[in-house]
Amino acid sequence: MNLAQAVAALLIFPGLLYAVPMGWLMLGTERKLRARFQGRIGPPLTQPFYDVVKLIAKWPLPRAAGERALLALFPLLSIGAMIGAAALLPVFRGESGFAGDIILLVGLLEIPPVCMVLAGYASRSIYGEVGANREAALDISCNIPFFTALIAMAASANSLRTTTIAFATPWQVRLLAVLAILICLPVKLRLNPFSISNAEQEVLAGPLVEADGRLLALWELCEALEWVVLIGFVVTIGIPGRSGEWWIDAILFGACSLGLVLLLTLVASATARLKLRQATRLLWRCSFVLAAISLCAAFLFRGN
Amino acid sequence: MKDYGFLYRLVERARERSAFLFHFNAGACNGCDIELISCLTPRYDVEQYGIKLEGSPRHADVFVVSGPVTRATRAPLEAVYKQLPDPKVVVAIGSCPATGNVFWGSPMIEGPLDQIIPVDIYVPGCPPRPMAIVEGIAAAIHKLASRHSAASGEQV
Repeated sequence: MNLAQAVAALLIFPGLLYAVPMGWLMLGTERKLRARFQGRIGPPLTQPFYDVVKLIAKWPLPRAAGERALLALFPLLSIGAMIGAAALLPVFRGESGFAGDIILLVGLLEIPPVCMVLAGYASRSIYGEVGANREAALDISCNIPFFTALIAMAASANSLRTTTIAFATPWQVRLLAVLAILICLPVKLRLNPFSISNAEQEVLAGPLVEADGRLLALWELCEALEWVVLIGFVVTIGIPGRSGEWWIDAILFGACSLGLVLLLTLVASATARLKLRQATRLLWRCSFVLAAISLCAAFLFRGN
Repeated sequence: MKDYGFLYRLVERARERSAFLFHFNAGACNGCDIELISCLTPRYDVEQYGIKLEGSPRHADVFVVSGPVTRATRAPLEAVYKQLPDPKVVVAIGSCPATGNVFWGSPMIEGPLDQIIPVDIYVPGCPPRPMAIVEGIAAAIHKLASRHSAASGEQV
């Protein structure tokens, strides 16, 4: 990967220029589809964009400068990490990446939940702390199957390059590992059966309870980028083939991401919120079992 | 109205299309609260106008109050009103915050609401119909949209 390619991946596709509008489109699609599934008309697809513009135009609350800087640091750090993670996604066939880039990618994916936990504790509100607690517990319990599935894929592909993992994993391992990761996806996106940390009426807004105006706009932007990157990650490591034509790959990547949004919305609008214990148990009984079987399969089909 | 340029028009448009509500029950009998919640149901569906009920007052633009303000709720009401970031509007749902309704004259009542915080829109009724509430919130959002500076955001 040369410098020009890296900068293009960071700033244009699948980085900043693609990820921000796509994130808003995904959030808008999610709200619209959920409304349609519930028999409502629902907001227009441009709703997340208007929300962010309105939130930026709100006047900041009087706060101490240090507190303001600290509270703004967390969403900014998450946004930076998400743009970096988007640039590492293996969308095209020609990208070789570098050895160990899956570790960097997974590390960057972990920054937003960690920042959200820290922001919850930094808000010094009881609701923020309860939300941060829930977020931390959920994040840890969903990362165990998530990492196990990724280790299974990396072990069977015998590589730590994201591109090699995406192309060379045998289907027996890939099927189970991607299923395990798919169950983790709504947890990481804080979607309905697992919307435990940001439950509106139980813990107000969870870790974001003190986020006003611009801070909330930054967090909403971060959420949009999280959608693009996490869904894009599942799409890129779930599909083994690439056409080779860059524009076909790019369009397929976007279309598959939106298809996954439809699936997530369907699950989210058909289910009610679980308790923390139930969610952890579900993750261990479904996702972790699948991930463990795929790890066993990885050692059986290794080197094929 | 004076035209300040593209960004101001964009902000006005965004404010008209995206309003986050925070609902405060200042001792209401729950009648108005039920009618407000029914605005979110498929029959009235205010989310199509971008209106969303938020859990935290820090996120909200529209402060929706129901109930005559009782002694116990006065201090929380003032605290929560201060927690909403500017610019904000206040909508009084029902006859109780507007006049005190049947509780008028009671020693337990500190209201009507406009003696405690500035009110922008009154929606009278006991309880008001959901369509009236939607209309009141729409009027409040319209009022909110053009508040651009600290001076124009000051409420009477």
